[in-house]
Amino acid sequence: MTGTAPTIRPRLSALEAAWVIARRDFVAVLFSRAFLFFLLGPLFPVIVGGLAGSIGGQVQRGAVSIEVGLAMSAADNAAMIAARERIAPQLGGALPALREVPQAVGDPAFDARAFMEARRGNYAAIMTGTPAAPVLTGTEGQIARWQGPVGLIAADALSAEPASFPDIAAQVVTTSAASERSTRIQTAQIAQMLLFLLTMLLAGMVLSNLVEEKANKIIEILAAAIPMDAVFTGKLFAMLGVSFVGIAVWGLAGWGLWAAGGDGITQATGFDLARLPAPAVGWPLFAALGVVYFAMAYLLLGALFLTIGAMANTVREVQTLSMPVTMMQLMVFFLAAYTINLPGSGMEMAAIAFPLSSPFAMLARAAMEPALWTHALALAWQALAVLGLVKGGSLLFRKRVMKSGGAGRVKKAWFTRRAKGTLEPAE
Amino acid sequence: MAVSEHHRAGNHTAGGTAATIDARPLAIEARGLVKSFDGTRAVDGVDISVPEGAIYGILGPNGAGKTTTLRMLLGIIDPDEGVRRVFGHDRPHDIGRLIGYLPEERGLYPAMKAIEAIAFMGALRGLPLKEGRARGAELLERHGLGHAADRQIRQLSKGMAQTVQLLGTLVHRPRLVVLDEPFSGLDAINQGKLEVMIRALAEDGVTVIFSTHVIHHAERLCEGVAIIAGGKVPYAGSVEAARDRIPAQVRLETRAREGAWLAALPKDAKRNGDFFQFPLPEIGIEPLLRQLIEGEAGILSLSIERAGLHDAFVAIAGEAAARQLEADSVEEGA
Repeated sequence: MTGTAPTIRPRLSALEAAWVIARRDFVAVLFSRAFLFFLLGPLFPVIVGGLAGSIGGQVQRGAVSIEVGLAMSAADNAAMIAARERIAPQLGGALPALREVPQAVGDPAFDARAFMEARRGNYAAIMTGTPAAPVLTGTEGQIARWQGPVGLIAADALSAEPASFPDIAAQVVTTSAASERSTRIQTAQIAQMLLFLLTMLLAGMVLSNLVEEKANKIIEILAAAIPMDAVFTGKLFAMLGVSFVGIAVWGLAGWGLWAAGGDGITQATGFDLARLPAPAVGWPLFAALGVVYFAMAYLLLGALFLTIGAMANTVREVQTLSMPVTMMQLMVFFLAAYTINLPGSGMEMAAIAFPLSSPFAMLARAAMEPALWTHALALAWQALAVLGLVKGGSLLFRKRVMKSGGAGRVKKAWFTRRAKGTLEPAE
Repeated sequence: MAVSEHHRAGNHTAGGTAATIDARPLAIEARGLVKSFDGTRAVDGVDISVPEGAIYGILGPNGAGKTTTLRMLLGIIDPDEGVRRVFGHDRPHDIGRLIGYLPEERGLYPAMKAIEAIAFMGALRGLPLKEGRARGAELLERHGLGHAADRQIRQLSKGMAQTVQLLGTLVHRPRLVVLDEPFSGLDAINQGKLEVMIRALAEDGVTVIFSTHVIHHAERLCEGVAIIAGGKVPYAGSVEAARDRIPAQVRLETRAREGAWLAALPKDAKRNGDFFQFPLPEIGIEPLLRQLIEGEAGILSLSIERAGLHDAFVAIAGEAAARQLEADSVEEGA
């Protein structure tokens, strides 16, 4: 062979080639109008949910009363209210609010039953009689609920000396084995759910990633210039970058929402983020692992989706594929979620070993177990799986889409060896 | 004449010799390339040798295997059998920076600006983006598209977009340019411009290999051609040698219609109205001329016409392939 060896660096490295693709895709996606809508997408349900929750809360507060109306003599009413104030510090939320029924004031013929049946006022029940012989009028459920507390308040109102409660010396322990386990499960579940939601929202984008190149016939230019696995890698990392931008935007929006109305959210949802149990590895490391496991989950699922999507020729085909792909994501998530309660079991090991569920299972483990070496091992395994999926995906693409039958190093090497024997210098 | 010769006849039945008649190193060498799709052999034992600096055509009708051959040469697909070498490398991707490729199916990102598209194509071949933009601007200006540099591809006409893609193919200054049906879809003016561009590349020492189903492009531009039909390459070599495969045709017009001189004509001479047409005898024209004069044929005119590439194509690839080639050209023109 008489070829002249080139003097300049003749090609891009695989990383450089992947970078060229990643840079183009990242910029193209980030500065498209569609991405803006994509960013806003998840905010819609949050805003709608928040509004609905707020309105619902108001309606609920208006509809469900925990006030007991007082329709006794003015002195008895005052004694009951004073008694409630006295014992409220000890019993707090267990006591109903007490309020004089204005319609009953100065009306000795006030009929509580008729008042309630006429659906007037907004009282859970109405107390008549005296503290010594109280009569509670209300529905059966409300009477059952408030009978005890109202009796307690009446007893206190009757006694010459107010009830005194002994001081209880407190010995607080930070946790116990039982509570630690059960509370960390909550953290693990929430982290897994968040990881799942983010990958489900974001990894789907990869599915249609090669359709543009195929539709616009650019794929051949890419395939001629750089190896197909560099194209795959570049596209995958571009979309990961785009995802991080999305998460950053959503995170900031969430933080802003929390800063503006964290208390309201806590009250409305009954969930206080600040009281979430600390994960076994500590919050900073847990957050770092969360980012890394998200990246791994994204790359693993993304590589698979990219391959599946690359087989599709049209956007319609991609849309058809999106349903089974979502189901597959759900299955992976369920597998990992199922094993939270089964630490060290064969099932958990399977979830960790199976590359697609591994990041989910390992993030839960970070919440539950303090050991770090397992994460190093799992991350190495997941990175290997990403490489394998990218390589396999690009080979499949070359074979099925580019119709390159010579896939496989062994076969290629064999031909090269054989060919060397047959190719003689032309001279 | 400065092209490597490599003649093949049929399916490995004849020829098979490889001889380079100049000392230029080879930009491309392929031996025994085979590629099958779903059990059908699209390319069946293709041998091609293209010396550096040559303009080389792969000539054949649609579906003959031209694109598949080019894709194998470029490493887009791997051959099932055989070997290819580009500048001495088995893996064309290893020398991606030296190659420029314009595929048959043109494609660019529609939302990309023209200048960015050129820079991106350069970046794929290792050219820094900044330099790609600078060179792209210069190329666009030189080709009268300076005003379109910042316009999106989707805003350009088809011809302009094709030019942008061609400039993207050349922006990294490759040593080998591979063009798959480059004239397809271009009007006559742009075809002429492209021919000029290809010649200019070759003058700069760039090897240009292109596929076409239009014989006159190959005839005008190429010093070497591979004729491909049905996945096989019955001929690969210089255009001149291809034409020389067919004897020159003698065209004779005489005053006399009959006479003893008729016996002097070759047996395969055909009467065509007032003319006789026959291949130039191997011994030359002089003995025949003498006999015609002595036989008082009354020569009115006599011309010796050298065969064109079309005649060579018919003779080499067969009538059927030639008819398909003509049909493709007509379709293309339509």
